[in-house]
Amino acid sequence: MEVNEEQKTTAGVLKRIAGPVVTAVGLNAHMYDVVKVGNEELMGEVIKVDGDANIIQVYENTTGLRPGEPVSNTGLSLAVELGPGLLTSIYDGIQRPLEVLVEKMGSFIERGVSAPGIPRDKKWEFKALAKVGDDVSPGAILGEVQETNIVHRIMVPPNMKGGRIATITSGSFTVEETICTLEDGTEFQMMHRWPVRVPRPVMEKKNPTIPLITGQRILDGLFPIAKGGTAAIPGPFGSGKTVTQQQLAKWSDAEIVVYIGCGERGNEMTEVLTEFPELEDPKSGKPLMERTILIANTSNMPVAAREASVYTGITIAEYFRDMGYDVSLMADSTSRWAEAMREISSRLEEMPGEEGYPAYLAARLSEFYERAGLVTTLAGASGSVSVIGAVSPPGGDFSEPVTQNTLRIVKVFWALDAKLSQRRHFPAINWLNSYSLYLDTLGPWYDTEVSPEWNPLRSWAMEVLQKEAELQEIVQLVGSDALPETEQITIEVARLIREVFLQQNAYDAVDTFCEMKKQYDMMKAIRSYADQSYAAQAAGVSPTQIISIKAKNDLPQIKFVKDYEPMLDGILKAMESEFTTLRSSA
Amino acid sequence: MKEYRTINRIAGPLLFVEKTEPIGYEELVNITLADGSVKRGQVLDTSDELVVVQVFETTTGIGRDSGVRFTGEAIKMPVGREMLGRILSGGGKPIDGGPEIVPEKRLDITGAAINPYARSSPADFIQTGISTIDGTNTLVRGQKLPIFSAAGLPHNNIALQIARQAKVPGSTEDFAVVFAAMGITKEEANAFMQDFERTGALERAVVFLNLADDPAVERIITPRLALTTAEYLAYDLGMHVLVILTDMTNYCEALRQIGAAREEVPGRRGYPGYMYTDLAGIYERAGIIKGKKGSVTQIPILTMPGDDITHPIPDLTGYITEGQIVVSRELHRKGIYPPINVLPSLSRLMNLGIGKGHTREDHKKVSDQMYAAYAEGNDLRGLVAIVGKDALSERDRMFLEFADLFEQRFVRQGIDEDRTIGEGTLDLGWDLLSTLPVEQLSRIDRELIEKYHPKFRAK
Repeated sequence: MEVNEEQKTTAGVLKRIAGPVVTAVGLNAHMYDVVKVGNEELMGEVIKVDGDANIIQVYENTTGLRPGEPVSNTGLSLAVELGPGLLTSIYDGIQRPLEVLVEKMGSFIERGVSAPGIPRDKKWEFKALAKVGDDVSPGAILGEVQETNIVHRIMVPPNMKGGRIATITSGSFTVEETICTLEDGTEFQMMHRWPVRVPRPVMEKKNPTIPLITGQRILDGLFPIAKGGTAAIPGPFGSGKTVTQQQLAKWSDAEIVVYIGCGERGNEMTEVLTEFPELEDPKSGKPLMERTILIANTSNMPVAAREASVYTGITIAEYFRDMGYDVSLMADSTSRWAEAMREISSRLEEMPGEEGYPAYLAARLSEFYERAGLVTTLAGASGSVSVIGAVSPPGGDFSEPVTQNTLRIVKVFWALDAKLSQRRHFPAINWLNSYSLYLDTLGPWYDTEVSPEWNPLRSWAMEVLQKEAELQEIVQLVGSDALPETEQITIEVARLIREVFLQQNAYDAVDTFCEMKKQYDMMKAIRSYADQSYAAQAAGVSPTQIISIKAKNDLPQIKFVKDYEPMLDGILKAMESEFTTLRSSA
Repeated sequence: MKEYRTINRIAGPLLFVEKTEPIGYEELVNITLADGSVKRGQVLDTSDELVVVQVFETTTGIGRDSGVRFTGEAIKMPVGREMLGRILSGGGKPIDGGPEIVPEKRLDITGAAINPYARSSPADFIQTGISTIDGTNTLVRGQKLPIFSAAGLPHNNIALQIARQAKVPGSTEDFAVVFAAMGITKEEANAFMQDFERTGALERAVVFLNLADDPAVERIITPRLALTTAEYLAYDLGMHVLVILTDMTNYCEALRQIGAAREEVPGRRGYPGYMYTDLAGIYERAGIIKGKKGSVTQIPILTMPGDDITHPIPDLTGYITEGQIVVSRELHRKGIYPPINVLPSLSRLMNLGIGKGHTREDHKKVSDQMYAAYAEGNDLRGLVAIVGKDALSERDRMFLEFADLFEQRFVRQGIDEDRTIGEGTLDLGWDLLSTLPVEQLSRIDRELIEKYHPKFRAK
């Protein structure tokens, strides 16, 4: 689909206003055309055509609008502006920079103010990479701009035709100035627009083989997501969805991060805004904000813009993917997005599906997640968009439609558990209910990049945790003393896995990010305790003595130490000598 | 201003007015009855042929002969410094026998959304003097922290104790309380008023009272009037305002009533599908704005129908607010006041307001450790019921005893007991933790243990 620039602006008249959905007549509009509503020219989008009447969702507050006010059609689809200036921005759901809005209308979001998504007056240093006489096709790289510490590649927009370059100039330009012309007279600027509801084209979608490393032990270690993969984090309120999403935004080894705060809390967005510029990217040492784009449409901002925010975010993510970057996108929370659809659908008086959600909920969710993936771009490079969606099921009930429809699509499921968060086990991800369908495809990566021992070690840990769950049921009935000796040890080993490996403190300067090597060393240390325990028990040492081995109690301390190796060696040596003493006295 | 006598249909709180000139959405409407009295309403739906008006009072006495005037503007509220110390109805009219409010400003009651970019991150610790809040679920300025309670529990006493004792240690800034009651009984209202008068708190308070027998629809605007007042006090006059809204459950019932009268497609349990957005429009009005002196902190109170935390009202609230304080029937039955169950309680902004420079460096870790130990002890109670105390290991017995101690000493406190954060709450936490062996304190680093643990402190 192309953005239709030629269509004439036509005049219409408002007929009915009931909340964020209004009716206008006399517009010669197409579906999803952007319209300007009322004397204040509020931005809206046509979502239903009914005879001469057009039903419009308005992205701003509709208080005070009257029947009879004018409505005009721009003839364009809702689109985002793509070009240098995107990084470090914070936008509302329809790509208005919140910083500019503060300058224009103060601390509160008033209405009828438009603001361009990327600054028009700023000059960027464009370095041409293509040459005069080169044949360029859509998606081809023309040149680059050093935007932050990220190189922003300028491409032939995928919705335009290519051709032979007639002129191309390096130098200082604004995003609207022409940097390149083709022999047929086509001009290219650094900025182009792309309709948000249309996925950007790629050459080919590939199967992901590399994990997105997040520095979170339970994610990287037990339930990894691939670069280009999809994951869902459902959980009741207070179980740590937002903290987990923020940890991923901070530490995941993607090159670009798009964070969508969709219908969430204002104070939380502020927290991200104040924190990110101060945090350093562990790889580049630059502020994390330099690789980040935030979209904040808080719960009290207009509901139609909330519906659009998810599309705005994924389109920006795809744009950076097309430059050959690994992008990760966090959507917090997709339930609020689904509720926005429900609210608008009910205003349209559509026949509701399950729990009042529109019947097209499943289709919209799958369309969205399908825009993730590892791809070969039109220019032949490799890029990816990984999508991690938070889900907020009402009452923590996973059987509700948004969770269920999401689980049918995503490959990784991180199940948050209120019980765990209540006992301050963080991240409160339930290890029994969670899963990752990428384990097989990512296995070879762990073999070569971490250790061939890692995959068996992971399976062992999962087995122990599974076994513990079964044993706990028995313990609940008869008490732990009644268990056979080996199983008393299993319970203790499982406790170590939980408290040492799975629990991770997001607020501790060191523990907040744990590299793969450390994860491996920690798990190996626990395994070593387990092996020595079973051996000692077989040699006749009592479980009580094994469980009271002192050295292992120091294991949690290595989480908080950066250069942990000497400490860990010390603990392992002390543990060994305690076991030797026990065995010799047995 | 033209008066229309074209009411065609009246259904519950809604009037359907025909053949009007273009009327603005959400405009304020005055309805004149045959006896000359005037009722107020708001436009919910406007088109060429029909305007739907929601009346804020009862529709008793309104007939097809009543006159309807559209005022041409959204509902505005007169606000002024004089409002402090006043008692107003749920619709904003003085009911304390005093004079009308002389307005310094008239403000739109819907309130625009704060631009997230203009917000300043909350960071000032508010000491409520209640250990279960200060120690384990810390309240900070600009936060919205609801109390989830249920019928028959002392949530009002807790709210009053917070209103009485809340302060930012070391700060002498202007402080005010805005109290909005929706659908509470006269008796409850009296209790609140007496307490305000007893402690002299009324002088720095603005009270809005919509009682149980006042029109339910009026409850829709009561919290909005209260928050508009709070925003005026905070952002225009630079005060730190604590807003108490009780009971949000009654507010949501009123919302459902209107939804039903409009014949909307209902969402969960008959509540309207837009209830999340609507509640967000109230709760999100807490915060601090960059470059302005004051702040708005909210403590909404709601009673969970059937003690069910998954009911749509607490559920949607929990997804918007920054945590929740859960009042427990079980603790109340044990005779513990305040019966706050810390396990399902949470303050999301706690980490911003505690630690070095705010409270004390050990705060977070002491709190985490107490949570973990109490959760473990609490779990063991179930086991004890089956196998008896003797079957427990020695370690388990210590945790079991910790859980009891925690409830009896940390949770329990007097209704006028105002504990300081350091000596009153955190040191008490250390005393309780010291009943456990040091090596069981796996969540606290050695350094802090050596500094604060009573065993080391004594040396």
